[in-house]
Amino acid sequence: MEMTQTSKTAPDWIRKLTSLDWSAISAEWIKKLFGLIVSFAILLTIWTFIASITADFPGPGTTWDEAKALLADPFYAVGPNDMGIGWNVLYSLKRVGIGFGLAALIGIPMGFIIGRFTTMSRIANPIINLLRPVSPLAWLPLGLYVFKAADPSAIWVIFICSIWPMILNTAEGVRNVPKDYLNVARVLNLSEWQIATKILFPATLPNILTGVKLAVGTAWLVIVAAEMLTGGVGIGFWLWDEWNNLKIESIIIAIFIIGIVGLLLEQALMLIASKFAYEKD
Amino acid sequence: MESYVKLENIGMAFATKNGQFVALNNINLSIKAGEFISVIGHSGCGKSTVMNLIAGLLKPTDGVLLVGGREINGPGPDRAVVFQNHSLLPWLTCFENVLLAVQSVFKTETPQQQQTRAQDALALVGLSHAADKTPKEISGGMKQRVGIARALAMEPKFLLLDEPFGALDALTRAHLQDELMDIMRKTKCTALMVTHDVDEAVLLSDRIVMMTNGPAATIGEILDVNLPRPRARLDLAENADYNHLRTEVLKFLHQRHAHKQAA
Repeated sequence: MEMTQTSKTAPDWIRKLTSLDWSAISAEWIKKLFGLIVSFAILLTIWTFIASITADFPGPGTTWDEAKALLADPFYAVGPNDMGIGWNVLYSLKRVGIGFGLAALIGIPMGFIIGRFTTMSRIANPIINLLRPVSPLAWLPLGLYVFKAADPSAIWVIFICSIWPMILNTAEGVRNVPKDYLNVARVLNLSEWQIATKILFPATLPNILTGVKLAVGTAWLVIVAAEMLTGGVGIGFWLWDEWNNLKIESIIIAIFIIGIVGLLLEQALMLIASKFAYEKD
Repeated sequence: MESYVKLENIGMAFATKNGQFVALNNINLSIKAGEFISVIGHSGCGKSTVMNLIAGLLKPTDGVLLVGGREINGPGPDRAVVFQNHSLLPWLTCFENVLLAVQSVFKTETPQQQQTRAQDALALVGLSHAADKTPKEISGGMKQRVGIARALAMEPKFLLLDEPFGALDALTRAHLQDELMDIMRKTKCTALMVTHDVDEAVLLSDRIVMMTNGPAATIGEILDVNLPRPRARLDLAENADYNHLRTEVLKFLHQRHAHKQAA
């Protein structure tokens, strides 16, 4: 039934696509592509230069050959200490996902409470201000002591580093909800729950997503360092392991992969954020 | 039942960094049920403060504020507000904006009944066709009409309008004023409108409350507008009584209580 309805009138996204100015868009893309090519050319030149003056430092060519070999079979698994690079990335992403998810679950509601009630913010701010500047890795030994295992400790570190931006951005967003909207809430006699769900949450969503973006970015930075210390399967430990094997090519490949995954995470979150950003009139 | 809203010796002071700022002083006003009152004055004279006090968004620092014989203790569904900048929630459609007000007032009704109320309110302001649009997709005049629909959907006893048409162009404003007069005749609710537009005040009101300049602003004069209803904009333009009333307000604003800074 719905199918026939949509086929009669072209769906929204098709109409949007056809109404776009494609020549302007392709011109924009050519400019972007140009920037991308020049930027990589500069990077490769510097890299080649460094490789040429440093003994045993792999240049772009050798690294590329090694990368092809590595990425030919990214998901092999011989044993816990010998898994493909794809698995290592996925294990790291899993830790980031769990730690970040727990932080979101606690941090976003906390941000709401802190932003909504001044008293709560007075109580919470000294703790947040004291703990936030601490390097997330400083929490790792405490995690190891309490959990007696590497994996939950790494997740714990991710949790700690990603909770702050979510609390602070959510609270900031709640504090900056336009007074007009709150006056509307008061005139309409909305309950505190309705105020939270119908006004504060939608009004704050863009801020929450900024917090989420910062948190995921930080978490991805920190997981590499945490895994170097905890070991196990994960891109951070894999990188450190390759250093112990003195495989410099692999280290460079790992750096690229970490960068690409981080970039994709951020792009994905920005895409989600743009879906939820309402436009003020 | 004679006076629906009563302001007795109302004073309002705000705490600022430079000490207390007395915005209003000794305001006495009694509004009868079914009356349309305009509050006019120069900007900064505290006319919006008067409205916020009656809406319950502010609490007076002095005096007593009665609605239906009871002291105002905060906002209530009996007093609906049309905000100056419409204040529609941008993440809801026009229909949902109105529905939110309906749901909070008519809590016990079924969803169908509530939806019917929201649809009726939008129909009343002639916006049924824009029900599923979001505020950013419609014009300023339409937004303000949704704001009026939202207020009317609550079936308030008292409608408060804070410079409702101030941000609109002259033609849209005239059109909405006519519509508002029509709606007020149908719903028979009491209204207080804050405005700085002399023609608007004379055209719509039964009485015009003219305020002196702040700080410590108070009611300077109250003008009775005894023009017969329904009023037609074009007929009034030639009407001697209308022009006399208009001149009275202008004299108050620009002669007796001219704004010092405005010069």
